[in-house]
Amino acid sequence: MAAVPMAESAKWKMVSCDPDKCTGCTVCEYICSLTKENSFSSQKSRIRTMRLHPLINISIACRLCSPAPCVTACPRDALTQSEQTGVIMIDDDKCDGCSWCIEACDYGAITLHPELKKVRICDLCEGDPKCVKWCPEEGLDFTTKDILAQKARIAVTKKLFKESLEAAGIKT
Amino acid sequence: MLGYAGRILHVDLSSGKIWTEPLKEELAKKYIGGIGLGMRLLLDHSKPGVDPFSPENPLVLATGPLSGSMVPTGGNGHAFVSKSPQTFAMGESKSHGHFGTAMKRAGYDAIIIHGKSEKPVYLWIDDDSVQIMDAKHLWGKSTLETEEAIRNELKDFYIRVASIGPAGEKLVRIACIMNDRSRAAGRCGMGAVMGSKNLKAIALRGSKDIKVANQERLLELIKIQHERMKGPAARKYRTLGTPENVLVLQKLGAMPTNNFTRATFDGADRISGEYLNERFVAKIIGCSSCAMRCEHIAVVPEGPYKGTTTRIEYEPLWAIGPNCGVGNLDAILKGMDLSNYYGVDAISIGGIVGFAMDLYEHGIITKEDTGGLELNFGNHEAMIEMIKRISLREGFGNVLAEGVKLAAEKIGNDAPKYAVHIKGVEMTGYDIRGLKTAALGYAVSFRGADHNRHGAYGPDVAGKVNRFKAEKGRGKLVKETEDLYTIIDSLIVCKFSRGTYVEGYKDLAALFSAVTGIEMTPEELQRAGERINNLGRLFNIREGLGRKDDSMPWKVMNVPIPDEGVAKGSFVSQEDLDLLLDDYYEVRGWTKEGIPTVEKLTEIGMEDLVYIVKDKLEPKGQEEE
Repeated sequence: MAAVPMAESAKWKMVSCDPDKCTGCTVCEYICSLTKENSFSSQKSRIRTMRLHPLINISIACRLCSPAPCVTACPRDALTQSEQTGVIMIDDDKCDGCSWCIEACDYGAITLHPELKKVRICDLCEGDPKCVKWCPEEGLDFTTKDILAQKARIAVTKKLFKESLEAAGIKT
Repeated sequence: MLGYAGRILHVDLSSGKIWTEPLKEELAKKYIGGIGLGMRLLLDHSKPGVDPFSPENPLVLATGPLSGSMVPTGGNGHAFVSKSPQTFAMGESKSHGHFGTAMKRAGYDAIIIHGKSEKPVYLWIDDDSVQIMDAKHLWGKSTLETEEAIRNELKDFYIRVASIGPAGEKLVRIACIMNDRSRAAGRCGMGAVMGSKNLKAIALRGSKDIKVANQERLLELIKIQHERMKGPAARKYRTLGTPENVLVLQKLGAMPTNNFTRATFDGADRISGEYLNERFVAKIIGCSSCAMRCEHIAVVPEGPYKGTTTRIEYEPLWAIGPNCGVGNLDAILKGMDLSNYYGVDAISIGGIVGFAMDLYEHGIITKEDTGGLELNFGNHEAMIEMIKRISLREGFGNVLAEGVKLAAEKIGNDAPKYAVHIKGVEMTGYDIRGLKTAALGYAVSFRGADHNRHGAYGPDVAGKVNRFKAEKGRGKLVKETEDLYTIIDSLIVCKFSRGTYVEGYKDLAALFSAVTGIEMTPEELQRAGERINNLGRLFNIREGLGRKDDSMPWKVMNVPIPDEGVAKGSFVSQEDLDLLLDDYYEVRGWTKEGIPTVEKLTEIGMEDLVYIVKDKLEPKGQEEE
């Protein structure tokens, strides 16, 4: 499958976690499963938290890859990617839960619904992701990759010019 | 009855028999969950007078009705309840993290472990499948190693494990049960009970849905809680954490030092929350569902203990630090890390080491007893070595592993005077000589010396009462906070969140009802708190405890605070204690001997337990029945 034209994919916004802020509390999992499944369940959440060590916590949802390896991997063409939002859409009639897409995803962002045996992927809550809204640490961003890069640039510049900023009395 | 799983799991390790029974709604409504439900199940499934290490003493594990839900801090708690090998009375200890969430999702409100396995085993609970697994290869391993080994062999990273370390295996009476790496059900020796059953660990995987009764209402309530948790009510826990207490208590002359010899610590600035945050705290993390996050993870940056990574809280910091005269933070953090590693209560271990140092300083024990260790206050290397020896029952550590009360009896001489405990449980980090509301709370706590069965230090520390005076009215203060704390431990929500329930029982009852669909008024919930406190008392009466056990450590009653400053000269006299107990018993509706009356038990719906007190009451009480 060909990549979506750059101009389109640059506008896609995704859910991204700042590991410096993430506490591993899994509130994102709670609100996701409640929103999508009317129950609290980690297995049914489209975003998953990983605490590898007390100091290392992160939540992971779909990264909106383009081209998306999951779409390519699906032998039944059950997955398609929206050109408008980048969301991976699942055709439940075609998905048989074979989980090739789960293996193809480098981020573990795809989950197999334990009862339906269909895969589930973050759909960004129609452009208003509930996990971002409810994260108590404001550790989740709903933003484009370009803005994420921008934020990183701002952070590193602040770090590089910390002394100059302080000397000039510039608050950041 | 949503929120609850509706099921109690029984595992008999002697016979290998495993069965479940439904949780009755009446029981749930009366005893809520957590410690309330656990204590009632213990009472119903045990005979009076059994040894805590006997196969006949069950170990009960309970979640609360909110466990598994998104209620902030409510989603994750679990409680262990059993007859304590320290108090020979009611023992209970709670922990947080992710274990309780998994247990509820596996479909159990409570797990009752009966009997004793012949060989080391662990329990593997995978939703409805419950297996008793061989644990020979895990015996001797630390709690963290056990957790990792089980996750590896069962091949699922998200499996949650509660386990004991070598101390629990060796029946060290202060052994704890650790889960999620750094969380402890610490107090009352629950890990030793687990060890006595040859049960190394409980591993859980839960995949069942948690449904709530009123989703929309619950989200409204959670939103309110989230906002409160970002505000001043949780500020302390979000910033300095409980080590903030160091400088607060230092200023009040209420930080016990050198095994309650003094009430201020000279090196307080170098072990404060402020100092820790600046130099040691690398990250603050949260438990499942928490919107506060409090768990300060400290890393030792340099020196011989470089790289030691551990959770820090005031209580263990105080016990291993000032209570042993130790002001070296690197060593204190190492001591806390070792406590988790071996699986001992980090409060009690500090109490025991401080006690041993006190004996050493007074010549009651010598280098011969300590195996060559110079056990002076402040010797942090000796402190670290003693933690190891007690945890592994090596040398003199074998005597101390019995806890300060039993060890003192064994050592003899004047040793009992230096054993700072209540009902056999080592003291915690408040110098109650100058905190007399707290002193009452400590004296009557059904699980022994403890600041968490009540919040009675609150009015003392905040200056709402004259903390140096024993007077009528303190009984009511203690009762009120006990009832609330008992509900907090039964729901289970985190104590650190208590300030966010600005309307008290009203907020808690609203959360309970939204989750379970069971109507509960604030008054009914308060009543349940009162009932559960009476339940703790009844269990202890059944085991032979009474007024004589609502006591104070010898030092608290005989050694006035010597430090210059506001608290100088304060101590709790027998007269103080009697006045406080009389007042408290009266407010509780108990007799002068601290026995709940038939009227009181009837009033709070505990007619079925009147049999426990019947022959202990004065003839008058019997006639009235």
